[in-house]
Amino acid sequence: MKEYPKPKLVPVPTTNIIPERDIGKSPILECRHLGIDFGGLTAVGDFNMAIGRTEIAGLIGPNGAGKTTVFNLLTKVYQPTRGTILLDGQDTHSMTTAQVSRAGIARTFQNIRLFNKLSVADNVKVGLHNQVEYPLWDGLFRLPRYWRQERVAQERAMELLSIFDMEGVANTPAGSLPYGAQRRLEIVRALATGPSLLLLDEPAAGMNPSETAELMDNIVKIRDTFGIAIMLIEHDMNLVMNICEGICVLNFGQIIAKGTPEEIQADPAVIEAYLGKRKEA
Amino acid sequence: MKGLFGKIHGLKRTTKVDFATYAGVTIAFLAVTALRSGGHLSRSLTGMLVPICCYIAMAVSLNLTVGILGELSLGHAGFMSVGAFSGVIAAQSLQNVIPFAPLRLAVALIIGAIFAGIVGALVGVPVLRLRGDYLAIVTLAFGEIIKELINCLLVGCDSKGLHILFNVKGSLSIADLNMGPEGFAIIKGAQGATGTQTIATFTAGYILVMVTLVVVLNLVRSRAGRAIMALRDNRIAAESVGLNVTKYKMMAFVISAALAGAAGALYGLNYSNLAASKFSFDTSILVLLYVVLGGLGNIWGSVIAAAVLYILPEALREFADYRMLIYAIILILVMLITNNPLLTDFFDQLKKRIAFYLRGFGQKGRAGK
Repeated sequence: MKEYPKPKLVPVPTTNIIPERDIGKSPILECRHLGIDFGGLTAVGDFNMAIGRTEIAGLIGPNGAGKTTVFNLLTKVYQPTRGTILLDGQDTHSMTTAQVSRAGIARTFQNIRLFNKLSVADNVKVGLHNQVEYPLWDGLFRLPRYWRQERVAQERAMELLSIFDMEGVANTPAGSLPYGAQRRLEIVRALATGPSLLLLDEPAAGMNPSETAELMDNIVKIRDTFGIAIMLIEHDMNLVMNICEGICVLNFGQIIAKGTPEEIQADPAVIEAYLGKRKEA
Repeated sequence: MKGLFGKIHGLKRTTKVDFATYAGVTIAFLAVTALRSGGHLSRSLTGMLVPICCYIAMAVSLNLTVGILGELSLGHAGFMSVGAFSGVIAAQSLQNVIPFAPLRLAVALIIGAIFAGIVGALVGVPVLRLRGDYLAIVTLAFGEIIKELINCLLVGCDSKGLHILFNVKGSLSIADLNMGPEGFAIIKGAQGATGTQTIATFTAGYILVMVTLVVVLNLVRSRAGRAIMALRDNRIAAESVGLNVTKYKMMAFVISAALAGAAGALYGLNYSNLAASKFSFDTSILVLLYVVLGGLGNIWGSVIAAAVLYILPEALREFADYRMLIYAIILILVMLITNNPLLTDFFDQLKKRIAFYLRGFGQKGRAGK
């Protein structure tokens, strides 16, 4: 595994920070003044953030802070009311969810969304849809290219499943997997789309401490082997503080703090958001 | 033989199910052909052979929309109707161009499939972009509209080619087509197609069923089929992995409509007289019933359900007045039994046990080599 130096976050244009080693390369994702209103309610206000090419970034905040809304904005499930999203320097304004996925953002969901009736391997192969291609006719008449590409898809799927040692359950229906395995399968499926940025929405939810520890190792391993950026929403502070290099704290749709784990832990605004204000004597 | 068992064991489970389906249909076809040539089939049953094949193809194609794509279509008979009448027009007008009947039949089936596919695309383009039950509503209306449209249609053919009139006011007749003396009518408005040469055969029906099965099963096991099932299972996740939802919905729906059109063309060429009222809402529901009772997404289930449930009312004829009552009771029983957890558990156990024995067989086969 590649050794990364303890990151020092440095400011980049606008009000963003990314790890020092990713400086010189443009950030993989940059949000400028991103925001969305639902009716009169501002769900996300002025969201500015940059993520380095190989950064593991955390997005934390109390319940209802707008964290998942940010993910939905990034993947264009919602169209932002204002602001721009630059994915690898490219504006995603006119893209659909599917186009954003093809452009390089993959995600998992807070409430698991697998293709329950398909087998585990087929779930991954759906993720490989735009990676291993052949036209409809080749499939209908089973021409040579069908067999060739299906074999490639099968090999790639098994390779990806081996990240989480899931080759053994490749043929079981995804819906019948235990909860933790379903979460891992979602990550594998997201990775299969060949992303440059992986968004994980509460990957450790419902996992016990040993499973969480294993997940932490795996997230770092994924970053190192695929060389991609990962952004995660998580309530497990142990996980966030241990593997995230840059953390962004959201409360009521506004960013209240940004920095390294150490800086965040000491930030008075964060402490207030989570624990409330100390009553003055 | 031992080597064969070993080879079968080495295949994927889905591949095995597919080949069992093909083999089952082929064996049934050969058995019925043998019985028929031996004169063991009653006349009424012989007359039902082609319609059974048509309804099997209809059920399999509807299963693609309802079971695989997960969209409810209540107007599948409409596509059958489009296929039937365009197929009849093609076959009748090509009588002199292609005298060889089986080839003419094949051309008619392909034309029926193309027209039904085009109509399917026209229906699908606006509706499949929407979420929810709109497809059910629109296809329901479509089935009725198509019936009325064909009721207005006057088609004849002479040496100059096809003459088509649209008899909206009901004041026109075949004479208004201005055909030459050698011309003949193909579709006479509300009377439907009359004087059609019945060139449909049971062999053609078998080929139709096999082609339908191959198309649907190969689609399901391919990249496109996985995409279609993925957006059935979870649309939002399917979009998030980069699938073009509308494209794959259209693909499934148009293929389903085209296959229904081919089935309709064969059906139309099995009767010398056929009115559009035959392809009513009842027919759509009947096919949906085959699909639901055979199991959503279960292709061989559709084949068996369509065959058995089509013959059943005929077989119950001796109960005279109580026929439909008993038919209804049987349908309810089938629904209850297939949803009973005790029984499904029992069948699962049985399946496992059979699989266990088969595996033993296969391994012995391999050891023997």
